Amino acid sequence: MDSDKQLLKTPLHQWHIDHQGRMVEFAGWSMPVQYTSIIEEHQQTRNSIGMFDVSHMGRLYFSGTNVSEFLDGLTTRRVAGVECGKIRYSLMTNDSGGILDDVLVYHLPDLNGKPFHMMVVNASNRAKIVNWLNERKSGTDIQIDDRTETSAMIAVQGPLANEAVKKLSEVDPDSLPYYTGTTTRICGKEAILSRTGYTGEDGCEIMIPSEDAQLIWDEVFSLAAATQGGAAGLAARDTLRLEAGMPLYGHELNEATNPAQTDLKFAIQMKGREFVGRTSIAEARKDSDLWIRTGLELEGRRAAREDCKVFHGEQAVGVVTSGSYTPTLQKSISMAYIHPDHRELGTALSVDIRGKLHQATVVKVPFYQRSV
Amino acid sequence: MTPEELIFAETHEWAHIAEQDGEKIATIGISANAVEALTDLVYMDLPAAGTAVTAGNSFGEVESVKATSELYSPMNGEIVEVNTSLPDNLEILNSDPYGEGWIIKVKVSGDTPENLMDYAAYQKQCDEAH
Repeated sequence: MDSDKQLLKTPLHQWHIDHQGRMVEFAGWSMPVQYTSIIEEHQQTRNSIGMFDVSHMGRLYFSGTNVSEFLDGLTTRRVAGVECGKIRYSLMTNDSGGILDDVLVYHLPDLNGKPFHMMVVNASNRAKIVNWLNERKSGTDIQIDDRTETSAMIAVQGPLANEAVKKLSEVDPDSLPYYTGTTTRICGKEAILSRTGYTGEDGCEIMIPSEDAQLIWDEVFSLAAATQGGAAGLAARDTLRLEAGMPLYGHELNEATNPAQTDLKFAIQMKGREFVGRTSIAEARKDSDLWIRTGLELEGRRAAREDCKVFHGEQAVGVVTSGSYTPTLQKSISMAYIHPDHRELGTALSVDIRGKLHQATVVKVPFYQRSV
Repeated sequence: MTPEELIFAETHEWAHIAEQDGEKIATIGISANAVEALTDLVYMDLPAAGTAVTAGNSFGEVESVKATSELYSPMNGEIVEVNTSLPDNLEILNSDPYGEGWIIKVKVSGDTPENLMDYAAYQKQCDEAH
């Protein structure tokens, strides 16, 4: 199927094929969408361990003078002055406030304790973001090293994830507060370890050079398999993140969406800062007609998909950006952009799914929260 | 029923045609290949008996966690019976797609469309898609 198109392959590509991974094209990469069943992979992540090859995500390393100030001017959340060890979820916006990408900005120590900055960006936006950064760094000595195709990234997620990785790592992931990271050795190999993820579960993510990916994947996998965990594909990643209320670029976020609409207040820091897009965000916040990201729960098992229209009575008041029948909640849930007058919790709305109206209720996001 | 007794549409539906009281009745379902490709079925939307169906047109939809797929009628005619217990027991499609997993029965009008295939030809199509 992919013979006429050269798709990028992660260092774990052959493993996926050998383990019945259904490979699909995703943002120019050949990626496993599922191995067994989406519901099984989803549930094993909620109950034990799900392992995700997320090597397609862009990994950009920065060097030079005043990197944090440079990144601070391009992100909706403060980078300058953030202490070493911390990781920040942030948006990058263009001059008109359109969202270019949602990213993680890492300020971490290397093995010698020397701090560095890196960023993880969406696979679909990597080229765009690299260009965007390159265009804006002229006149500085900042270097951007895109190591996406020479390294791997593995997400180990679930209630037993950290316990498994602890057995292989010099640093116990549980010793890292949420959204922090460090450089350590895993299976004796230099690795970046962070307490991060995109599933709503506890867990960690590991970044290693390509040549060490298979060894570390195999070691974690055998620990995961011993506790009814295993590999999970992009489809389960999508249902997990949806339940956890996390936006996905290309669905909830795009260049036509302003951060003021996203209900991601923690990721937008305006006070005492100047960054590209800031004026447009301040402006958008005053617009009382701007649709806001909102959670919906639908009656029945039918799922609303992207672009389904949302109504209050006869009036169109929103649009669905993601939706699925989800395995943990066993409900049909959606994220939608809804007019601020109609997004109070409990509001009864209806969603047009291919010509039929279905009852929906505004509910809180995240839809699912793990018990701590 | 074994798949060798059935005819298949390119869109993965199967049909079995039998004479009943002088009428041609087609039992229609979806193939094991389709069920396997969809995985994690959660919902099925079916029409009522009495609805007219047209070969190649949608008569309902089946939804998995991942996506929604249309069900296309392989035949022209009128629905005479619907497997109403199926939407609440979608696992039957996994265990018995060519028997208990039937979806609708259609009183066939006109000839059997020529683009339907036997099982061997259908399997060949599925194999080539991989």
